[in-house]
Amino acid sequence: MSAGKQDRRKERVDRGIKVRTDGVYAVSSWLEITYLILPRLALIVGLLVAPLVLTAFPYWQRVLSHICVYALLAIGFDFLANFVGLVSLGGGLYIGVGAYIAALLNAHFGLPPYVTVPVATVAGGILCTVILFPCLPLRGVYFAIVSLMFPLLAPRIIEALDVFGGTDGIVGLDGFSSGWVEQYLMIVCVLVAVFALRRMVTEDVGLVFRGVKDNDQAVKASGIDITTYKAFGVFIAATLGCLGGACMAHIYMWAGISQFGLDYSIIPIAATVVGGGGTLIGAVIGCVILVPISELLRDFGTLRIAVYALILTGFIVYKSEGIMTYVTRKYEQFERWVEI
Amino acid sequence: MGNEHGAAMSGEPLLRVEGVSKSFGGVLALSAVDLEVNAGDIVGIIGPNGSGKTTLVNAITGFIRLDHGKVSFKGRDITNWKPHKIADMGLTRTFQVMRPYYSLPAFKNLIVPLFSRRARRTGGWRGGGKMGSRDTVAVDILEEIGFERDSYVPYKVASSLPTGYLKRLELARCLALRPEVVICDEVFSGLSMSEMASMVPLIEKLQMEGITLIMVEHRLRELFRLANRVVVLNFGCKIAEGTAEEVMAYKEVKEAYFGSEEVLTYV
Repeated sequence: MSAGKQDRRKERVDRGIKVRTDGVYAVSSWLEITYLILPRLALIVGLLVAPLVLTAFPYWQRVLSHICVYALLAIGFDFLANFVGLVSLGGGLYIGVGAYIAALLNAHFGLPPYVTVPVATVAGGILCTVILFPCLPLRGVYFAIVSLMFPLLAPRIIEALDVFGGTDGIVGLDGFSSGWVEQYLMIVCVLVAVFALRRMVTEDVGLVFRGVKDNDQAVKASGIDITTYKAFGVFIAATLGCLGGACMAHIYMWAGISQFGLDYSIIPIAATVVGGGGTLIGAVIGCVILVPISELLRDFGTLRIAVYALILTGFIVYKSEGIMTYVTRKYEQFERWVEI
Repeated sequence: MGNEHGAAMSGEPLLRVEGVSKSFGGVLALSAVDLEVNAGDIVGIIGPNGSGKTTLVNAITGFIRLDHGKVSFKGRDITNWKPHKIADMGLTRTFQVMRPYYSLPAFKNLIVPLFSRRARRTGGWRGGGKMGSRDTVAVDILEEIGFERDSYVPYKVASSLPTGYLKRLELARCLALRPEVVICDEVFSGLSMSEMASMVPLIEKLQMEGITLIMVEHRLRELFRLANRVVVLNFGCKIAEGTAEEVMAYKEVKEAYFGSEEVLTYV
């Protein structure tokens, strides 16, 4: 390396406008208000307008609903992995449980979707938490392995016992009253989930969650039961997943064993890596990018996974911090070379 | 204080450890250790490296399961209770290795203990039951413990603070629970002379406020100034107990620290 390059380093400095608008909201000009609101507004308006833009492409409208289901899972995954310290591969379980509860309530009791979806969300969240509860003392990759076991196990059990419609699944469910209801329901759920969770992780309870992840011994010594908080974290993630699953059942008017599929466990991780872990919004952005790519790659058949792997590897190697972290940095800081 | 000391005042020691044993594989880390701590005491636990001091702390505070023995606190058997339940009763500890939230301001590190049930019940520090915002209480606690508010030390990012402050932050995490007993695992180690000079009065202040302290230490000079009773461990056994002068007179203690004469002559 040349001597000239060694004497310099890249310095990152917060932009003045970021410092002024940070923490203490001494916002004094439209410019600063815009600075704060613009990125948030871009996401909100972008998602809300998307169904209108896609009116001419009904297929892509359906993909949009799909993106939202994955986004709910990815938000839950990001929250669990980066704020509670549990790497959960149970996405398939959440979707499957949510879908089956909604389907059973609809098919056997004739309840309409606006009842089945909330019930399936909460009941599914509780059920998944109970299922995963014995695994909570496990950490890191061990929790990941065990949580992946359940979505693999559930379809085999349904097949073997031939319950819940067996391999055919539960068919003939009520759909949402229109495509618009379906899409806007999903989009609003994603927006509420992402902003609510972002708020929560900066509150006091969010610090407890981070404590459970970073220094569980100190949290225990502070008189707080970490298992309770882990269970609470899993409940939040499972609830989001079950909400997605319940909506999915009504969108396709069907619930079946493929809803325990591996995709629901894997794509949320990929989306979080691409979007930037620990930002929550990054998980949504990751889904917005990856799910359409996945649809476009359908023509490649099984080669889809290979292309997918390439994209993921590329991100890990070249932009391991993720899109959201990168963009936030560029937005909030400027870089310059300084002499040492 | 003295509000929750009822049971302890009637002759029964506040904390009683009876015949505690623990082995890790073939290593006997603790073998039948007894310890009694009365309310208001400062008890020192000393011993060479690997003598089982931290294991004893872990055993008392529920971080490891005991093989044998019994731990009782305020007259209740707390053997093999979960750590958070023991902390909830008012028996807290610091850790030898400090791991604060480096990216957060110092006072934010106290939010976790202030979030606990005990802190809600006792009102954090001396708030008197009604809690204000946790941030305010946290800054008050830090000011009590020597984080100068006038120079904004409680608001500084934890990663920018020197070891002395981080050790105090660890102590503050315990104090946020309004504990009855604090077990300090090497709060003096790694401190500079000036940091030490301010830490000793702080410990004395805590004792005056009615907090019972158990101090695991390597810095004997400062410990002997503070402790009214010292327990010496070696290879997991209690080899001596008494005042500072008494324990240093024990032959076993000298041997544990300096080696036995036979070995010395052999060398």
